[in-house]
Amino acid sequence: MTQPLPVRARASRYRSLGRLLAVRVLGVLAVLLVLSVVIFSLMHLAPGDIVKNLLGNRPASPEAVAAIREQYHLDDPVWLQYLKWLGGFLTGDLGQSIRLQVPVADAIAQRVGITLALCALAFILALAVAVPLGVHSAVRAGGWTDRTANSLAVVGLSAPTFAVGLLLLYVFAYYLRIFPVYGAGSGGLDTLWHLVLPAVTLALGLGAIVVKLTRTAMIRELESDYVTSARARGIPESQVQRIALRNAAIPIVTGASLVLTFLVGGTVLAETTYALPGLGTLLQDSVLFKDIAVVQSLTLLVAVVIAVIALLADLAYLLLDPRIRRGGLPA
Amino acid sequence: MTAAIDLLSTPTRRRRRRPSATVIFAFAVLAVAAFAVVFGGVLYPDAMRQDILSGLLPAGSPGHPLGTDELGRDVWAMTVAGAASALIGPVCVAVGSMILGIVLGTHAGYERGWLDVVISRWTDLLLALPVLLAAIVVSGVFGGGYWVTVVLLILLFSPSDIRIVRAGVLEQSARPYIEAARMLSLSRWRVMFRHILPNVSTLVLTNVMLNVAFALVAFSSLSFLGVGVPPGTPDWGRQLTDNRAIMFDNPAAVIVPAVLIILVASAVNLVGDWAGQRLSQVGKAL
Repeated sequence: MTQPLPVRARASRYRSLGRLLAVRVLGVLAVLLVLSVVIFSLMHLAPGDIVKNLLGNRPASPEAVAAIREQYHLDDPVWLQYLKWLGGFLTGDLGQSIRLQVPVADAIAQRVGITLALCALAFILALAVAVPLGVHSAVRAGGWTDRTANSLAVVGLSAPTFAVGLLLLYVFAYYLRIFPVYGAGSGGLDTLWHLVLPAVTLALGLGAIVVKLTRTAMIRELESDYVTSARARGIPESQVQRIALRNAAIPIVTGASLVLTFLVGGTVLAETTYALPGLGTLLQDSVLFKDIAVVQSLTLLVAVVIAVIALLADLAYLLLDPRIRRGGLPA
Repeated sequence: MTAAIDLLSTPTRRRRRRPSATVIFAFAVLAVAAFAVVFGGVLYPDAMRQDILSGLLPAGSPGHPLGTDELGRDVWAMTVAGAASALIGPVCVAVGSMILGIVLGTHAGYERGWLDVVISRWTDLLLALPVLLAAIVVSGVFGGGYWVTVVLLILLFSPSDIRIVRAGVLEQSARPYIEAARMLSLSRWRVMFRHILPNVSTLVLTNVMLNVAFALVAFSSLSFLGVGVPPGTPDWGRQLTDNRAIMFDNPAAVIVPAVLIILVASAVNLVGDWAGQRLSQVGKAL
């Protein structure tokens, strides 16, 4: 369909794309660097004696204090401490959890599976329901599906994850006794069964955002001239909608940042509500216990994950929009 | 990010003159909530009084319409008295971040220059943070109380206000009436706050309503996680954490606050949407 571009034009197109990407990556790295400084200073700014905070419940014998000062390089200048901490983070040495008495990396590795499974399940559920619902309510704007979807979306956007979670818990785990009350089950299918209710809870908030994004983007596309002309040519409605949805995908993907920030907070709340041993509960327990090494590592990890996904969304945006793919820069 | 937020507002094809039944219901919910905020503490000054002997009564018990919790505290009284803590904070957050947004956004948009660069980078940085995560970490590690949480959330909510005001001011400053005002050699402050600000106030007010709803959710989430509201304060989010364990003995102790949070937040959102549409019409009529 597309004519092959002359070699020189193609080369310059890739160069401008490459420069665009390089600028984005550098921007993301700069944000992460600033955040890492902020997160590093958490340890020094936290109220109380830094050595006592790091010792936790261990007896404060002179040897233990010396060991702590040695381990965290507390006798070095602050900038050197920061560099050593950052170096440790980059090489996977995240320090020691004072609450669990295990390396932070182990604590995270033990719990990351549950959180990933929960997020993936919620994401799949939300997309599977929300995108068709958004398309349908855009096609029949003002109809009863649209109005129902709209009011559901308002509630989904307004309702805090934990409030929804507790209500679902009451109805499905206590009143109807279909799902287990809480915990993560004994692995495999049992764990999956335990994750259904938390995933539905998360998916409600996620789905509300996706329905609204899809509906707005679809309405905009369906009102455009190319849809009218496609309909006038007698192209079947289902095919017209498919074309429109492909164009609507660009604003939907751009909205990914909203979805992501919701997901981070929502996971903490959903895991706490259902007592799931994931990263969210690890973060909450560590914050309440002032287990600073764990809090620092988790926060920086989340920041990195968000940055990477935002970058991927940018990339997807480039790939989805042929105008930008051709070498034009987004406004 | 602002474009994405923009996508979340519902486009409507038909514009109605009168508010729909849903909006009227939302107003009623807010009126009842406002009544509880103002008079809750007066009606039930001893909402937190413990009475171990009558603990864990189910809903419908004599003298305790919604039953009691495990310490024998009356759930109805705590719920009414808890409205103040659950709602005053979020309103302060929305208003505070609006003031910050107006002051910083107007300066950034009108004066441009290095101040604009600094403010814009600052909002970029804050917008990259998940609000809830940042609030949990900071108020958890530093042990912030109620008002510390309010200030923290004002800082975390302000970027969206700053951006919206800045974009509006930028758009207005190019218009002829601003040029005219400048030709009359009016002071910068007068141009910014007497001439430009009234023209971006619609944007600001709509965003305040949205922020109240978001702040309500953020606030109750924080108190559910055990940071923000100190223990022993009547508060809806706090009630949910405390009563999670007794959910099966007295379900009303969990269901009522949960439903109230959802209801009030939805009502604020609905009224905000409606007001936004009304205000944008007013602008067009002129």
